[in-house]
Amino acid sequence: MPANLEKGGFSFENHTRNIQLEQRGHKPPKATSTGTTIVGLIYKDGIVLGADTRATEGPIVADKNCEKIHYLAPNMYCCGAGTAADTEFSTNLISSKLELHRLQTGRQARVVTAMTMLKQMLFKYQGHIGAALVLGGYDLNGPQLYTIAPHGSTDKLPYVTMGSGSLAAMAIFENGWKKDMEKEQAIKLVQDAIEAGIFNDLGSGSNVDVTVITKDGVEYLRNYGKPNERGQKENSYKYPKGTTKILTSKVRDLVVVEDMDLS
Amino acid sequence: MEHAFSPYTDNGGTTVAIAGKDFVVVGGDTRQSEGYNINSRYAPKVFALSNGSVLATGGMYADAVTLVKTLGMRLEWYQFQHDKDMSSPALAQMLSTILYGKRFFPYYVWNTLGGLDENGEGAVFSYDPVGNFQKYKYGCGGSASHLIQPFLDNQIGRKHLDTQIDYTIEQVKKIMMDAFTSATERDIYTGDNLEIFIITKDGVTKELHPLKRD
Repeated sequence: MPANLEKGGFSFENHTRNIQLEQRGHKPPKATSTGTTIVGLIYKDGIVLGADTRATEGPIVADKNCEKIHYLAPNMYCCGAGTAADTEFSTNLISSKLELHRLQTGRQARVVTAMTMLKQMLFKYQGHIGAALVLGGYDLNGPQLYTIAPHGSTDKLPYVTMGSGSLAAMAIFENGWKKDMEKEQAIKLVQDAIEAGIFNDLGSGSNVDVTVITKDGVEYLRNYGKPNERGQKENSYKYPKGTTKILTSKVRDLVVVEDMDLS
Repeated sequence: MEHAFSPYTDNGGTTVAIAGKDFVVVGGDTRQSEGYNINSRYAPKVFALSNGSVLATGGMYADAVTLVKTLGMRLEWYQFQHDKDMSSPALAQMLSTILYGKRFFPYYVWNTLGGLDENGEGAVFSYDPVGNFQKYKYGCGGSASHLIQPFLDNQIGRKHLDTQIDYTIEQVKKIMMDAFTSATERDIYTGDNLEIFIITKDGVTKELHPLKRD
């Protein structure tokens, strides 16, 4: 087996070459970025997480309905902003480690544990893993909510926003957040915050995803709000059959028929 | 790292112009943006000029407004001196000359001019920022032009087929609206509203259609 498949972790074998290529004016490939509005808040009985569903590559919308609320553990979910691949792989890796940790200890994984594992990983890579996260979960210490920035710094707050739409969303939270809200109230505020991002930030768009986490379990509300359905087209653009003319045609038998002497 | 002042900015947006037998339809979205921010949901970048032509602009909005102001002034002078409106082909040539006059500090604008030519037929003139231009039957400019141009080539140009279609104004409007609703889906700088100008020998009419606002 080749040596580079034996261990896990990143491969840096092209690092020096890529620096030289860049110095000679070659541009590195652009990663899909989730321009993104992601939010979370603590209400009376738990956590509500929210996210938009637009993924961009520069000025182009790469995915109109992507999922940005990632599963971490049965009692924990994590919203991701930044480089799409980095948020996906970081949450996947930590999710897997949390499950092994739960099996090893025989206890439900704690939110601080997930937060610490994520921040230690991101700090180790000095910001090169472009993942900005909103981590929410419920454990024996009650509901907890964190943000984790790409360099590994964390905040523990009752209501948080991240991504390019974070300012639009935070404006809604600062105006409407109250302590010990009811579930319906909390979901409405999260939806309003995400929609502020969707409509006022060009990096965010399409639909609203919501996840509610309480001590009794998780409600994953995919496409909870759909404020941007596509309108009806004016015309049909189907060309009639035969539009592309056949200039010549040739039919060839692909089955070779051979006679066999059976006597 | 040294930071220098940049006199240019890109305000996004998309424009389309389609000529017919005796008319031209010129449209543009009305979103004005900078980076990830929306400056305005209704900032028209398509301008009806006094001689019955319509100019669609894209790129830097401030430069476009300045350019339109200059054109308006020159059209007025022409009218006073000759006691008639400037023809569209004459305006097309003048716009090129004005743009080239700023060859080494260009107006950061991609222009598409719609009007009726000397035979009363629809004409579209497309420009680069320094005045290179050509007469076409259809054209588009701005942030979603690379999404719309192949659609127009397919539906209007029809070079891959041997039947050409003389579209009516209503048909052209429908094609244009579909071009913009589709561009709005995939280009973050296109959206909010579509403003359409219809040019015939009887004058210019204007209509506004909503687009998605996300």
